[in-house]
This record gives sequence, structure tokens and C-alpha cells, in this order.
Amino acid sequence: MADEKVEFELVSPERLLSSEAADMVVVPGAEGDFGVLPRHSLLISGVRTGVIQVWNDNAVTDRIFVAGGFCEVTGERCTVLAEEAVRVEDIDRDAIEAELKDLREDADDAKTPEERAAVEMRIATREAMLAAAA
Amino acid sequence: MASLKDLRNRIASVKSTQKITSAMKMVAAAKLRRAQEQAEAARPYAERMDRMLGSLAASLQGRAGVSPMLAGTGDDRTHLLIAVTSDRGLCGGFNTAIVRRTRQMAAELTDAGKTVKILCVGRKGRDLLRRDWGDAIVGSYTDIGRRRLGFEDADAIAGKVTEMFEAGEFDVCTMIYNRFKSVISQIVTAQQLIPFALPESGAEESGAGASAAVYSYEPDEAEILADLLPRNLAVQVFRGLLESAASEHGARMSAMDNATRNAGDMIKDLTLTYNRTRQAQITKELIEIISGAEAL
Repeated sequence: MADEKVEFELVSPERLLSSEAADMVVVPGAEGDFGVLPRHSLLISGVRTGVIQVWNDNAVTDRIFVAGGFCEVTGERCTVLAEEAVRVEDIDRDAIEAELKDLREDADDAKTPEERAAVEMRIATREAMLAAAA
Repeated sequence: MASLKDLRNRIASVKSTQKITSAMKMVAAAKLRRAQEQAEAARPYAERMDRMLGSLAASLQGRAGVSPMLAGTGDDRTHLLIAVTSDRGLCGGFNTAIVRRTRQMAAELTDAGKTVKILCVGRKGRDLLRRDWGDAIVGSYTDIGRRRLGFEDADAIAGKVTEMFEAGEFDVCTMIYNRFKSVISQIVTAQQLIPFALPESGAEESGAGASAAVYSYEPDEAEILADLLPRNLAVQVFRGLLESAASEHGARMSAMDNATRNAGDMIKDLTLTYNRTRQAQITKELIEIISGAEAL
């Protein structure tokens, strides 16, 4: 049992971000975080904005920030389709803070409510990203 | 007979044209490599998305109240055609092939008594279609992926399509784009986006059918499906855009390669004519001098 692993795959629309074997993967599911161990039951779940943790040898070996998406779990595989994904250690705080500033200005300039909602959603994502990096 | 000066000018101009075309070929080759890499990088996502959607759709099969995006509106009176072309020309038959196919499809649908609406992606398609299908064009996107094609571009198009679909503005949506096969061959492909066409291979069907029965869903199927379908639309559009971008650069590369070669041939011919004319002229002048001397 101990040598069994989950094939963890994380793909964003633009590339395959990660593909590795792990002891356990913790995914921020739409209805709460869940851990995926080998021989997990079949599951398809929504993913909310948060951090995916990859566990190996009782320690977190990889932390990846995702902004929404979907997750498919089978007995041997855990595939996450993320809308946006960044490794936590790759988050560039300064760049995001600058972007946040721009976005806040955009939010003030937004003319239609839809525009504003779209910008606000991006702001929320960026803030979550910062929180994850902290 | 053109004068020597004319010939010299012709040769100079063809040479500079050749320089431009060979530079464009290099640029296209570099861009092609990038576009191809991007298309390959995007493939895993689309594949996984297909698989997930396949198993979802299989589990929802035959159930009432399935999202019309999957099952269709039960009607096919209004068709939306998305013509994916490039912003810039000089890429051989790339744009004309798309436009020809779009025209043909539009004409067939109109003959069958259906309404056609066209969404143009890329300046060339819009300009070419505006003449005869101007009334059918409901929107156009230009300057897509000028620097780098991002998912946001596809998302914007898919958002607009979803919006139109939800407003009941069309029943069937088909995307026409160039699928990248190789540098010298791009295949014009018409892909139906709405209603979503499930891959119909037998293996897929049985595989999805077998596993679908035991999947659990969080939240429930309908909710995931409602999220997943627009998402899938964006992914499909993204894939089309990427393929089209790679095709564009491939087409341009081979078109420019041809042009460079033709310019080379032309320079050779012109230089030959130039030398012959020059020699003829020298001979003529010599004859004049000699006969002048002899006459004395």
C-alpha cells in the first residue's frame, strides 16, 4: 500500500503544468477540500480558488495555486483542469501587487456592471494569490 | 526592347522584393515554431476536457432537462458560422480557402431555407466576406494573438457565442478553421461546437459508458455540466485559434518560400536578358565604329 502512488496531473489551457506521482494530493474542491489517496473512488468535482498540495513522505512537496477549474479522480489518477495555475513559489508578489493596483483603477473606470464584475473577479483572484504566497 | 537602365531597375526591384520575402519566410518559420509549441502545450488540457465531458455526457444521456448546449435546441433553423482567418495576407491560399468554404456552407444553408449568421475572426475574413455576406456578419474580432495568443482571447469569443446562444440567436454553431497538418498542408475543417458533438468512436463510448456509472459528482452533474460546457466551448475555440495560428505561419512560410524562389528565377532571366542586351549594344557600337573607320 505504501508504495502505491496517485498520478497527479495539473493542466491549464496553455500548458501541462505538472505531471508527477504523489502519495496524496489535497484539492480545494467546490464543496470543501478533499485529499486524494491511491484507490480513491471515482469523482468529478469543481475546484474553487485555492492551493493544491502535493504530499510525499508525509510532507508537502509542491504547492500550486489554482483559480477555479475541474478535477477528475480515478483510482490511480488525479487530473486537475485549472483555469489559471501558478506554483506558489513562482508567485511574484511585486508583479501581482502592481497588477492589483492597475485592476483597482480599472474597476473605478469600469462603465458597465459586467465590466466591473469581471475586473472584481480578477482582483479577488489576485488577492487570493497573494494570500497563498504569504 | 527594354533599355538597359530599365532592366537594371527591374533587377534591383526584384532583388529587394526577394529580400523581403526571404525575411518574411524566416520570421514565419520562427513564429511557426512558437505557435506549434503552443498548440502542443494546449493539447493535454483539451484531451482531458474531452474525456471528462465524455463521461459526464454519457451519465446524463437520456435524462430530461439536459443543457441545450449539449443536446441542442431541438431546432436547426439558424446557423452560426465562425470563420477563423488571419489578420494579415501574403500567406497563400490560407484565407481564401476558409472564405470559400464559409461561402459554400452559407449558400447551402440558405438554399435549404435556413438563416445564416457569420462571426469573423481575423481581419481578412471579414474584409472578404463583407462583400457578399455583409448582412449575415454579426461580429468580428481582429488583432487576436498579435503578440501571443492567450486563452483570454478564446474566452472572449466563447463568451460572446454563449451569450448569443442563451439569447436564442442561433441553434447550431460551426467553426471553420485551418487545421495544421504540416508546413505545406493545412486542412480546412468545419467543426460543430454547439450542440456539442461527442466523439463517436466505439472504444470511447464503451469506456465512458462503463466508468460513468460509478462516478460521483461534487456538486451534482447538472451544475458541473453547466460550468463545464461553456468552458469546453472556450477550449475548443482556443484549440481552433491555435491550429489556425500555426497554419497561418506554415502557409505564409511556404508561400514566401515560393515567392523567394520565383524572384530568384526572375532575377536569373532578367540578368540574362540584361547581359544579352548589353552585349548586343556593344557589338552594335563596335560595328558602327568599324564601319565608320572603313568608310574613311
